[in-house]
Amino acid sequence: MSPFRYARAADVSDAVRQAQAAGSRFLGGGTNLVDLMRETVERPTALVDVTGMPADIGESADGGLVIGAAARNTAVAEHPLIRTRYPMLSRAIVAGASAQIRNMATVGGNLLQRTRCAYFYDNGGSRCNKRQPGEGCDAIDGFNRYHAILGASPSCVAVHPSDMCVALAALDAAVNVESVHGARSLPFAELHRLPGDLPQIDTCLEPGELITALVLPPLPIARHSTYRKVRDRSSYAFALISVAAALDVQDGIITDVRLALGGVAHKPWRAHEAEALIRGKPPEPAVFLAAADAELSAAQPLPGNRFKIELARRTIAAVLSELAGEQA
Amino acid sequence: MSIAKDAKQAAQGAMQGMMAKAVALAPDSWVPGGKPDPLIQHRHGHVGQPVSRIDGPLKVTGNARFAAEFSFEGMVYGALSYATIARGRVTALDTAEAEAAPGVVAVMTHLNAPRLNPPPVFMSAAKAAGGDDLPVMQDDRVHWNGQPIAVVLAETQEQADHAASLVRATYAQEPPITSFAQAMAQGTAPGLFMGQPLHNASGDAEAALAAAEVRIDRTYRTPRHNHNAIELHAATVAWDGDTLRIHDASQLVAHTAWSIARMFGIEENQVVVTSPFVGGGFGGKCLWQHQIIAAAAAKLAGRPVRLVLSREGVYRLVGGRSLTEQRVALGANREGQLAALIHTGTTAKTRHNVLPEPFIMPTRSAYAAENLLLDVQTVELDMLANTFMRAPGESVGTFALESAMDELAEALGMDPIELRLRNEPEKDPLSGLPFSSRHLSESWRAGAERFGWHLRSPRPAAHRDGEWLVGMGCATGTYPYYRMPGGAARITLTDEGRAAVDIAAHEMGMGTATAQTQVAAERLGLPLDAVAFNYGDSTLPGVVLAGGSQQTASIGASVIAAHRALVRELLRIAGNDSPLAGLGPDEVAGRDGGLCKHDAPDRQESYASILRRAGQKSLTVEARPPDPLETMHWSMHSHAAMFCEVRVNAVTGEPRISRFLGSFDCGRILNPKTAASQFRGGIIMGMGLALMEETQFDERSGRVMNPSLSEYHVPVHMDVPEIDVIWNDIADPHTPMGARGIGEIGITGTAAAIANAVYNATGKRVRDLPITLDKLL
Ligand SMILES: Cc1cc2nc3c(=O)[nH]c(=O)nc-3n(C[C@H](O)[C@H](O)[C@H](O)COP(=O)(O)OP(=O)(O)OC[C@H]3O[C@@H](n4cnc5c(N)ncnc54)[C@H](O)[C@@H]3O)c2cc1C
Ligand code: SF4
Repeated sequence: MSPFRYARAADVSDAVRQAQAAGSRFLGGGTNLVDLMRETVERPTALVDVTGMPADIGESADGGLVIGAAARNTAVAEHPLIRTRYPMLSRAIVAGASAQIRNMATVGGNLLQRTRCAYFYDNGGSRCNKRQPGEGCDAIDGFNRYHAILGASPSCVAVHPSDMCVALAALDAAVNVESVHGARSLPFAELHRLPGDLPQIDTCLEPGELITALVLPPLPIARHSTYRKVRDRSSYAFALISVAAALDVQDGIITDVRLALGGVAHKPWRAHEAEALIRGKPPEPAVFLAAADAELSAAQPLPGNRFKIELARRTIAAVLSELAGEQA
Repeated sequence: MSIAKDAKQAAQGAMQGMMAKAVALAPDSWVPGGKPDPLIQHRHGHVGQPVSRIDGPLKVTGNARFAAEFSFEGMVYGALSYATIARGRVTALDTAEAEAAPGVVAVMTHLNAPRLNPPPVFMSAAKAAGGDDLPVMQDDRVHWNGQPIAVVLAETQEQADHAASLVRATYAQEPPITSFAQAMAQGTAPGLFMGQPLHNASGDAEAALAAAEVRIDRTYRTPRHNHNAIELHAATVAWDGDTLRIHDASQLVAHTAWSIARMFGIEENQVVVTSPFVGGGFGGKCLWQHQIIAAAAAKLAGRPVRLVLSREGVYRLVGGRSLTEQRVALGANREGQLAALIHTGTTAKTRHNVLPEPFIMPTRSAYAAENLLLDVQTVELDMLANTFMRAPGESVGTFALESAMDELAEALGMDPIELRLRNEPEKDPLSGLPFSSRHLSESWRAGAERFGWHLRSPRPAAHRDGEWLVGMGCATGTYPYYRMPGGAARITLTDEGRAAVDIAAHEMGMGTATAQTQVAAERLGLPLDAVAFNYGDSTLPGVVLAGGSQQTASIGASVIAAHRALVRELLRIAGNDSPLAGLGPDEVAGRDGGLCKHDAPDRQESYASILRRAGQKSLTVEARPPDPLETMHWSMHSHAAMFCEVRVNAVTGEPRISRFLGSFDCGRILNPKTAASQFRGGIIMGMGLALMEETQFDERSGRVMNPSLSEYHVPVHMDVPEIDVIWNDIADPHTPMGARGIGEIGITGTAAAIANAVYNATGKRVRDLPITLDKLL
């Protein structure tokens, strides 16, 4: 780890002011950033600790929820309103990491955590375009069991590792950000980006922009939602495939659906194509499988992760069938 | 390995072969263990009691000090830089930036390291401990991707870590051999283990296979595994003049002291290695480069050094289990009697170490097959030297053998337990030696009843519970009884009736200190709190490896020898005024704080009384046991019947273990509490072996890509159901205390039992570990 300065931000304006210094980074729980600093993948010269910023979880005027970016993952998962109104979010969070890590991790940090690609972590030992643009990607012909099947590029096949973000993608959340140039809000779907030929850039945030809050819209369908994570051991493993879904069935017809996938792409993957094929249809396995097939038709697997296509297909159908069964 | 060394090993092997024949034919009474240890008859004393670990309070209060928790005045902290190529030379090492970094005291590389002899590689001499025989920071050669090329010493660990990241190396790469297939294509060489060829043949197995009514011929694969003891490897070292003090985390303190002395060209007694507590060993806590680098760097800098490996460092420096590709072919008649048993295959090692993963070991004495062919071939890769890891050979060998037995049972339409019972041998199938104690059939029966084996459907994929397919499987586990030469123990008795037993043995969390305190107290006839068991210090007597599950026997035999010397001495000084006058050592036993006549406990005198009358404050004796010839006279093995119930998700393929039972035939159990933990720990490690453990060795670069506990999966709590363990407690009449080691057997048979259960649940036979969900979709 390289030497760095550390300062705690008093409030949002203090944080964004401090972040103007070259080489500075925001520090949440540090569970990802500090690990990457230890590996010398990240070498900030100054850390601006933003865990003292608002961490409240409260109802907004329109009936949605606003979650302060410094809220701990555990606090979000355990909040009664989230558990009843957005169960998929609560389940996604507790499916991730370990209790200790969730107690430390913040919402802002979870959104901006970086990929777990082994070659990305191996500074000095492996080639990685995300770490060192233009260097090459050792994952494409190497270990890529956990890598992308959708939306990847020849320069990077990494996935975004967050569970929480998969639920947020399904929930049409929004992200409030602020910098010295002012505040703005962007749809969650526009926060993360696909690698293209700039794999070193994970998100659409401007330099120095601080995430201040997460906004969940009022979304009645989310009450009938869940999250399922498929992984290599029962706990404390990243997703091979995960599915966040909500389903609304009226009189034997699906009136609305939300579907997002994790473990498949460089960003949490909202399955719009599948959703469109499901809406207005009866809640039957064949419908779900056809929708999954359509969504996955563009999949481009790697030698180590071919199985993900079938796994995603089956998991999507199983999750949607389960939700349909609960409303039958 | 060089040709000269091969020849030497072969010659040793031939000598051993001749001696083995003579010992096999000798009368029982000439052989150690020929007369049962009298302690076997003590059924109601300390031995066999579930005594809680005596080191427990120290550990839960944080007062047990581990290697990285000792400190010396003026100590500096070390951090390593590792090579990033698999083979070649370091052409330039830029350490200027590192040297200029804050807090840095010294940077050691091959350019300025003190001159050292290469490490004596394990098994090349009685006390050789090296994981390989490569020179340590002596030249510019790179032999594996991850080899240490520099160590930075600094005033704090953080400063050292930072500076280590600033060391820049330039290499001249040479084409490495890092792919198993590429190495296989260049041809294989016969494997040697402990000087003996890993090859056995009796009859004509291939012909018998071809002629058999029912045949199975399969290939099984197991991947590399890494050591992941909770405690990171660490050494805290200081030079005091020419004497070197090492606080180590070690399972072989005496070997380490001798080997390091050889490297530095000093006397053995100038190196003192202590290791009072070890946070897990499993074969990994031996002599690797970190202790040597720490000692050399301390010499260079003139300051004491603490070098703690990072988790990545453990993966880069400390060898693990090598990969295997195994063929098992079985030929049987319709009644299931084996006519042919073939177990052959290939494993990878390096040019610099001597351990081919000996996967045929469990097969040698497994089944009564007339025709046997066993063989291990090796290829050599440019990689970190592989090493011992819990039940080397048996862990992965039983996976192949016992999966094949399940496949044969299926082909025969026979219950897999019945198939095994029908092939129980009467005597050792290869050596013809009698078994010292083999009660596996009882273990099968007891286990099957307790587990509810009769509920298993012989038809695969017959039982479904919602999304989950449920199945049961079983397999035999086995591990040999070993006792290595070199044991010795010292007993000191005081006139207050207290005893100390000193032996350079090890406590790595198994419960050794507790069980051996029980044994010593029982032998001496003292209360537990009157006995101190001192260990973990190379200046104590004995060369005792905590490996091969042999420590219990080695300590046991050493203490028997020392105890005998003690009794003889006590009787001598007791003289004619003692109630014991006239009795010989075989006629007395320790009881109630003194000695008494076996069959007349009233003829007793306390130790205190004997010593006081002789005017002695204390009495000290030291003795060595006879060489371990018992293993050439009997076939000595522990066994287990392993039972598993598994649930495989029909949608996702996720395999989860729902029940497990191990039914053990391991001789007498000295302490049921610590033994149960050893059994369970081994089984849990077997679950990891079956379902998730795999070192991701990138065959392009020879680099380990998952050197961390988040990416290298071992079972977490949710992966482990409650594990039931039972044992028959039948004493082996030919071992000290009637016990056989129990540290490794739990991992054997477990992976096969799980794989067989997965087959029963799904109808899918997975022959390459780990059994991940993609193989079950
Ligand atoms: C062993 C292990 C296993 C894990 N398993 C899982 C898993 O299964 N599923 C899963 O989803 N996650 C998993 N995680 C990841 C974990 O969820 C993240 O590490 C955590 O959410 C990051 O939050 P943090 O507050 O600690 O972020 P930090 O490490 O503090 O920061 C992460 C990034 O976010 C930036 N940042 C932090 N706050 C803000 C802000 N307010 N505005 C702008 N930028 C900000 C930082 O600058 C940094 O770049 C695992 C982590 C570990 C170490
Ligand atoms: S997949 Fe992306 S993160 Fe991984 S090595 Fe390639 S470029 Fe780097």
